[in-house]
Amino acid sequence: MGRLKLFIPLLVFIVVVVFFYSTIDKISDGEYSPQALPSALINKPVPSFDLPSVEDANEKVTDQHLLGSIALINVWATWCPSCHVEHGFLNSLKQQGVVIFGINYKDEAIAANQWLSSKGDPYKINIFDKQGRLGLDMGVTGAPETYLIDHRGFVRMRYQGPLDADVWQQKFVPLIEQLKQEQLSVNQQEEAGQ
Amino acid sequence: MKFLWLFLLMLPGASFAVIETYEFDSEQLSTRYHAFTHELRCPKCQNQNLSGSNSPIAADLRHELHRLLQEGQSDKEIIDFMVNRYGEFVLYRPRFNAETAVLWLAPAILLLLGVMVLIAIVVRQQRSNLDDEPALANSERKALDKILKQESVND
Repeated sequence: MGRLKLFIPLLVFIVVVVFFYSTIDKISDGEYSPQALPSALINKPVPSFDLPSVEDANEKVTDQHLLGSIALINVWATWCPSCHVEHGFLNSLKQQGVVIFGINYKDEAIAANQWLSSKGDPYKINIFDKQGRLGLDMGVTGAPETYLIDHRGFVRMRYQGPLDADVWQQKFVPLIEQLKQEQLSVNQQEEAGQ
Repeated sequence: MKFLWLFLLMLPGASFAVIETYEFDSEQLSTRYHAFTHELRCPKCQNQNLSGSNSPIAADLRHELHRLLQEGQSDKEIIDFMVNRYGEFVLYRPRFNAETAVLWLAPAILLLLGVMVLIAIVVRQQRSNLDDEPALANSERKALDKILKQESVND
């Protein structure tokens, strides 16, 4: 027994090494990011807002416009390099029928509209948040960021960084399937109640 | 003189990276502003407070902080405002709740564990001392007593 005790530090060391290595592995696989900040909005409704759209300064967009379907809210700007990278993927998501709302974050309307006409417009509605007030209310720390909302307009996930096919398959698809199931069961309950 | 220069080189540079200045209605508001910029963490940075960070989000939050203070919001209202948007992460001293319990309790628990281990070691050591054979055998003790007696007689 006395001898075995001498191995305790070694065992502790091995446990620590395994823990650190698996964390490094998770970071390189993109499973875990030390910079990722859990959103304070999870399971809360999108904050209320009243802003113009990118295309039309006189148009009024409010949080009510985001209700009704499972959708993405993508925070983007023309000054953001990673937004260039993910834009093509957003276009392909739109072709698959995914509803994407845009928040044009601290940007210039002219530059934003030029970008949309030259690169394609994947957004159903594009909110023009020049001051970054809505971004601040949503806890945005930079662009790009993508929120997944359910049909009631509740935030269910936030992803920081550019979207691509891998991220989409790993993080978004499973949760979207789950949200669809939730929506189905809610609809069925409502029908049964009537 | 050389040493003076060396000493000056060793002094840390000014750690305030902030450029903008805000005007406050009162000295007290300005004091609170500085306290908050030291206690609130920049959400984009891993370990910088609002006063030390040049990132756009830190500038935005300083701007908000100035606005909230000028509007006369209380400390609690300002902290709630920040936490509702950026989570407990923005507080360098997070509030005690289920999520932060580990953070707050771990040092005390580890200290307690250490003290317990220390006590166990000391107790065991003392017990093994008692169990040990006497430092002097009986014959040696008698010889020692003899010597001591002789010395006291000589005195």
